[in-house]
Parts: sequence; structure tokens; C-alpha cells
Amino acid sequence: MADDGDDIILSELSDDELVPQMHDDLYDGLRDEVVEGVNILLARGWTPYDVLTKALVEGMRIVGIDFRDGILFVPEVLLAANSMKAGMAILKPLLAETGAPRLGKMVIGTVKGDIHDIGKNLVSMMMEGAGFEVVDLGINNAAESYIEALEREGADILGMSALLTTTMPYMKVVIDTLKDKGLRDDFVILVGGAPLNEEFSRAIGADAYCRDAAVAVETARDFMARKHNQLARA
Amino acid sequence: MDHGTEAERPGGTTPRDAVFVIACGALAREILALKRLNGWEHLDLACLPAKLHLWPERIPDAVAAAVEEARGRYARIFVAYADCGTGGLLAARCAKLGVEMLEGPHCYSFFEGNDVFAGHADEEMRVFYLTDFLVRQFDAFVWRPMGLDRHPELRDMLFGNYERLIYLAQTEDPWLDAEAERCAARLGLGYERRFTGYGDLAPALGAA
Repeated sequence: MADDGDDIILSELSDDELVPQMHDDLYDGLRDEVVEGVNILLARGWTPYDVLTKALVEGMRIVGIDFRDGILFVPEVLLAANSMKAGMAILKPLLAETGAPRLGKMVIGTVKGDIHDIGKNLVSMMMEGAGFEVVDLGINNAAESYIEALEREGADILGMSALLTTTMPYMKVVIDTLKDKGLRDDFVILVGGAPLNEEFSRAIGADAYCRDAAVAVETARDFMARKHNQLARA
Repeated sequence: MDHGTEAERPGGTTPRDAVFVIACGALAREILALKRLNGWEHLDLACLPAKLHLWPERIPDAVAAAVEEARGRYARIFVAYADCGTGGLLAARCAKLGVEMLEGPHCYSFFEGNDVFAGHADEEMRVFYLTDFLVRQFDAFVWRPMGLDRHPELRDMLFGNYERLIYLAQTEDPWLDAEAERCAARLGLGYERRFTGYGDLAPALGAA
């Protein structure tokens, strides 16, 4: 993306120019510019939900595509995520006030024995941005920790993440424990992490493997839509 | 690929008698050292770029291409990769190709010995490991790919969950020890050196 943004005065751009510029700034990890863009759009009367979805989430979606295609790498994605987080920090309290739509509730965490949380944090952020309520359990979670949180929070979705070949089998332990307790079908189970694949996801009895944060959001949306349709038919 | 050269083999074996080892570039120096130490003149080595580890999903295809390329020339082929973040896909591909590979999840594990490594996985969950190769190539394989040369402020986001760096040493080399300690300091981690030698790599290659 262009790095000639020094001369651009964000407040002088029309909405149609400012939003793509914010996508560029997010892509380039320019936190201050993203925050400025958020404040400008709010001052122009945009709803917090529109700022979130059209400026931030859409910008991060583009970042996700270029990460998937090998154009961007982890550091660039982290800088973009930091910028989005800064924008979301402004929007979050406003979203709560204005009653933005809630699509569902997700409990998410990295599995027992694994401390890697970069992917999981990105998924949390994108899910929140897409309108899901997210309860993030952090790293190194035992089955009991997931299950206790799922029941306490009345969650719809369980998200499990692992970076290591040695820790990813623990996802099956969690799913089997849910089965033993007769709770498996109460939750949509999404799994992700670098060494995972669809075959593994099927083998352990998860509902879907999500190769990145954008796919996680789309998959969660699909499952929630199906759930609502089933409820409507019932 | 960096092929071994059969023509230079003094043992007089032909490729039909030889074992062709397709290895991760991060093991080249260690495998050549073992070959020298054990007089394994029957062993020919070709290495794939170690940088494949930055995209583990590309490893199975790269290994398969190398196996297919060597198949007409060698009756026995051995893959010197562990799972290496492929989530079982490399093992499945090797099984399909009918070639053996190294046991274990990654080189940290087989250098230390897979059983020993698995035995302390829980206690060392917050440990970041380096090998001789990674100490030598720290900037190329850790510092720069993680963007820390350009964005040092990302260090704690990337390494904040780690507490210690353990250098799993294949060789006795005071320079590497000092270098590894510097790596730990750069990442803001405590430091420990643990001598492993070549661990499970030696018997696996010996049996290949």
C-alpha cells in the first residue's frame, strides 16, 4: 500500500475517500491515523456499528486476505490488528450504548499445554468486530475450563486454537469430555491453528476447521444463521 | 536442492546401493557431521530450503517432489523431517510414497530424544528452543521473519508468553553458547544451555 499518506489530511476527505484511506492505514498499521479516522466518521454522524464494520472490519478483512495469500506476514498483521484494536477501544462503549446487533456468544481459548495466542487473539478481535460477544479464556486451557465457561456464559460457540502438533490432539479430549457430559450438541465447535486441517477437524468431531480469522467469522455466521432458521422452523 | 555428489563417494558404492536422504536444510550440517563420524559413505544427502518452515503446509509437496525426482536413481530414500508443523500431513504423504521419515514432532524433540522431550512438555510449555542451526541463523529465521528488526515493539506481543530460552546444543561450542545467550537477552527471556548431541537423529539415519 502507498506510504505517501503524510500529505493527506483525513478530515478533508469525503466519506467515500476516507473509508478506503482508513483501509490503507489499517493495512499499513498506522494506529494514530486509524483512530483519527474513527473519530472523524463518528463526528460526521456515522453509527458506531457502521464505523466498525465498514471501516475497521472490512479493512482487516483485506489484511486477512493478503496474509492468506502470503503478501503480508505475522508482524504486519499484528500491527494492523493493533490499529484495529485502538479503533475498537473507542467504539466498544458506544456500541454497547447504541445496541449493535449481537450474533451470538463465543468462548475461545488456546488448548492445554499451548501458550501461542496470536491467531486466537486475531479471531477474538474479528469475531467481536463482526458482532459476536467473545469470552476469551487465554492460553493453556483444560477441558474443565472450557466447559465451565461455556455453561456459565450460555455460549453458542466454542473456539479452540493450537499451534503445536503436540497440543492439537487435546482438542479431541475437550470434545470427548463434552460428549461424555451430554453437552456436545449444545455448542458449535470451531477449531484453528497452523498445523490443523479439515481432516483433523473431522477426525476429532469438531464442526469446522477455520484456516484464518476471516473464515472463522464467516463460519460462525453461517452456523448461527442455521441455528436461527432451525429455531424458526421449530 | 543441494544434492550430495555420488561421483565423489570414495566407498565405491553406486546409487543403487546408496541411501538417499532428503533433509530439511536446518539439518544439513548435523547430517554431514554424522556421516563423517560414522563413515556412512553409502549415504547421499539432498536438502530442501530450511525456510520451508515458515510455510509448513508447503513441506509435504516439496518433499514429495524430491522423492519422485530421486526415485529412479535410488532404491532407498529416507526423509529427514519430523512432523515439523504439518499436522500429520507429511507422515501421511511419506506413507503414501512408501518412504520412512524421522519420528517426532520437530527437531527440538528428536535432538533431545522424543521420549525425554515429551516427558517435560508440560513443565517447559513456556520455553522457546534454539538448536545450533537456529543460533547461527537467529536473525534470518527468528528475528527478521517475526518483524523484530523493523518493529521491536512487537517483541512482547510475540514472546510475552515465554519465560526461558533453552539452547539445545548439538555440539560443544562456546561461541554458539554465548551467541544463544545473546539471543535470549534480545527476546527478553532467561537462558539455559542443554547439551543434546544429535539425539534420535543418529540412530534413525543409521537404520535408514
